[in-house]
Amino acid sequence: MASYSLLINGQTREVDVASDTPLLWVLRDHLGLVGTKYGCGVAQCGACTVHLDGVAVRSCVLPVSAIKKTSKLTTIEGLSENGDHPVQKAWEEVDVPQCGYCQAGQIMTAVALLKSNPKPSVTEIENAMQGNLCRCGAYHRIREAVLLASKKQV
Amino acid sequence: MNTDYKKSRRDFLKITSLTGTGLVLGFSWFSAEAETPQIIQTGKFAGDLRFNSFLSISTDGTIIIYSPNPELGQNIMTSFPMIVADELDADWTKVKVMQAPLDAVKYDRQLTGGSGAIPHSWNRLRMAGATGRNLLMQAAAKNWNVSIEECTTSEGFVIHEKSGKRASYGELAEQASKMDVPADIKLKNRKDFKLIGTSVKNVENKNIVTGKGIFGIDFYRDGMVFAMIVRPPAFGSKLTSFNADEAKKMPGIIDVVSFKNNVAVVGNSTWEVMKARKTIKAEYEKETSLESSTDHDKILAGLMDTGKITVRRKDGDVDTAFKSAAKTIKREYQCPFLPHNPMEPMNFFASVTDEGVELIGPTQTPAAARTNTSRLLGIPEDKITVTITRLGGGFGRRLKFDYVLEAAELSSIIKKPVKLIWTREDDMTGGSYRPAVRYRFEAALDSKGNLVGYKLRGAGINVNNSCREDNFPSGAVDNLLIDTVEHSSPITTGAWRAPITNFLAFAEQSFLDEVAMAAGKNPVTFRLELLQKAKNTPTGAIKYNIDRMETVTKLAAEKSSFGKKKGVYQGFSVYYSHASYVAQVCEVVMKDGKPVVKKIYAVADCGEVVNKSGAQQQVMGAIVDGYGHAMFGKLTFKEGVPQQKNFGDYHIIRMKEIPEIETHFVDNGIDPTGLGEPALPPTGGAVANAIFKATGFRLTRQPFIDQIKLMGTSNMRPSQKLL
Repeated sequence: MASYSLLINGQTREVDVASDTPLLWVLRDHLGLVGTKYGCGVAQCGACTVHLDGVAVRSCVLPVSAIKKTSKLTTIEGLSENGDHPVQKAWEEVDVPQCGYCQAGQIMTAVALLKSNPKPSVTEIENAMQGNLCRCGAYHRIREAVLLASKKQV
Repeated sequence: MNTDYKKSRRDFLKITSLTGTGLVLGFSWFSAEAETPQIIQTGKFAGDLRFNSFLSISTDGTIIIYSPNPELGQNIMTSFPMIVADELDADWTKVKVMQAPLDAVKYDRQLTGGSGAIPHSWNRLRMAGATGRNLLMQAAAKNWNVSIEECTTSEGFVIHEKSGKRASYGELAEQASKMDVPADIKLKNRKDFKLIGTSVKNVENKNIVTGKGIFGIDFYRDGMVFAMIVRPPAFGSKLTSFNADEAKKMPGIIDVVSFKNNVAVVGNSTWEVMKARKTIKAEYEKETSLESSTDHDKILAGLMDTGKITVRRKDGDVDTAFKSAAKTIKREYQCPFLPHNPMEPMNFFASVTDEGVELIGPTQTPAAARTNTSRLLGIPEDKITVTITRLGGGFGRRLKFDYVLEAAELSSIIKKPVKLIWTREDDMTGGSYRPAVRYRFEAALDSKGNLVGYKLRGAGINVNNSCREDNFPSGAVDNLLIDTVEHSSPITTGAWRAPITNFLAFAEQSFLDEVAMAAGKNPVTFRLELLQKAKNTPTGAIKYNIDRMETVTKLAAEKSSFGKKKGVYQGFSVYYSHASYVAQVCEVVMKDGKPVVKKIYAVADCGEVVNKSGAQQQVMGAIVDGYGHAMFGKLTFKEGVPQQKNFGDYHIIRMKEIPEIETHFVDNGIDPTGLGEPALPPTGGAVANAIFKATGFRLTRQPFIDQIKLMGTSNMRPSQKLL
């Protein structure tokens, strides 16, 4: 066990865990941030996607010890104050979720995409979102919501 | 007051004042018999909304509607309250929806499965809303000293137009509780629906997009421990011994215990348990047969001619029909096992104490979970509570309650509240699969191309009846024989979205396409002729609605300009499942010598569409699901061990692979007939028939991708190309 200091959603959080503990389980089991989901544990489904310095990463395979103290982590809970990030709003407007389990990961991937590429083509959206599984098959609306968010961004 | 509910399971209405905060109108919408609602006056009640309240109106006008059925993405939590709110004429923005816990006394059929929730509850929900509306109108009419007939309602207000008086539901709620329920409650005319038939957004959207902990796996409680189980790797084997010495020494590990074939590792956090579990050395021995997929191929093919036959339907004389036929066609179809793979793996919280059992988590069948927990632990059901969380998908997997029982048994052993979690690998290799099945179809045509004989034999694994003997084309063929043979396997199987029909529909619709071509007929015309025959000269019982099937067939052909398009290859399919009808047309183009699925048209008749947005979502999701699994889905076994264990080696459809989908709904005013599953079965057939048009290859096995890969190569056996 070792102590780690993490900068999550603008707050410094201390955890005492084994060095190989994936960020996913630190968030869920130790910090009560359960919006980040467990889906596969091997970076194949994207349900656990969070931002590490603005870049989408799979928290299920990211050991807590690999995260710098100064790195900024953002989870779905920290995306916006009132759930009104343009991507979250687009998700609601398009009425995307079915079961909803994968959607936090989908949104985090979409936000990272739009940050690096504010006006992506449909193909670019598909390439970026390819790593996020949706077992309900809500892909059409996910794609539509990313497009909508890209249009609404200033 | 609860005892009143326990005495009677009949529909009734309960009204109770809610001290300080308003009024509770309690309706039992879901009991088996729909009787005239009655009021049961109660005394003051201290604000506990759980008290038999399914619908409450507070003095500020807030309306709370409880949704009893588990929500797994079928959008029931939105569509149920919509129906109540519409009849109530409520202001939707003031409606709050809450998931009800399991209460077998208050609610009937509190489960999610069989596309049955809306059809079952439609009238009960409408009655609940309409009764509430009537009481509020009575209260207003009394206040204003006018006749109730002169009052109307709109968006949470009772209105008396003559005098211009208006009163909000919140203002009237308390008085409404003192009114009598009339014997005859009038429901709205369809044309007066304001919410039903519109697009209403999922009531949980905000919670979902902000990452609120609404799923079972998100449940945490102070003092709770975490657990994972080592289960036998092969179906058909059993645990003989294990060594947990290393695991027990690892940090955060509380205990390692064994029950049945399980070795459970219990600890302080998920990761510590996950790591310790890897060190468990367990030994197993063969208990029954250890089956491989290659065994299933042989077994199913062999059963066709040697199995013990159960006749499911027999009309006319098939032997004579086939002997005197001008042309006969025969083809066999087979599919592999499929795991359900809901995104949220199996998990459940259980706390077993001397006082009773608390169960919290994702289940499609909370009542069965409770009953079986009661049996397992010998604790009466009234000491067991089940809290239903949102489900991160189900697809039939959570109709099984094995993982609930595991959690309950483990908690009873370790005497601690525990959250049991399955890893993805546990989930994919843990059984209850859609089993492999094989079908043999035979058709006899007369010299004019009429279908005069039809035979279907289904070879199933652990399913009892792998056919749907009363579905189309039964009734449309004079000489018909449908029978089944069966293999019993130690691999556990269960319902998978649209059980049986998820593959049977593909096989049947592909075969009918082939028969139509052999008869020299357009596939749509061929089906319509059969439907006409079923209508005019039916053979035996007909349990599907011919007109509804005909309508979706014609409309799908029209919307897709079937047979009239250049540059694309089209395939048609239509299927009746559960109680709804869906026709689909798939469009394929050729690219680099391979077929590419571009678009699927769907026309659904599910009766009244409750929520347009939700209904479109169900159809599109079911098509993506049906297409994805027909194209890519395959779970194989080697000596009882599943060979695909996670999303890296099991192909679930991804965004780039989806076709365009265009949806249409038949507006016929029939009461809703369900939509969670019916759009899935027709997809495989439409796709396969379009691919046949494009390539001349008849796909007979799923996943299609395995056969498509062979196309144009020397490995494609000539027999796989249709005559």
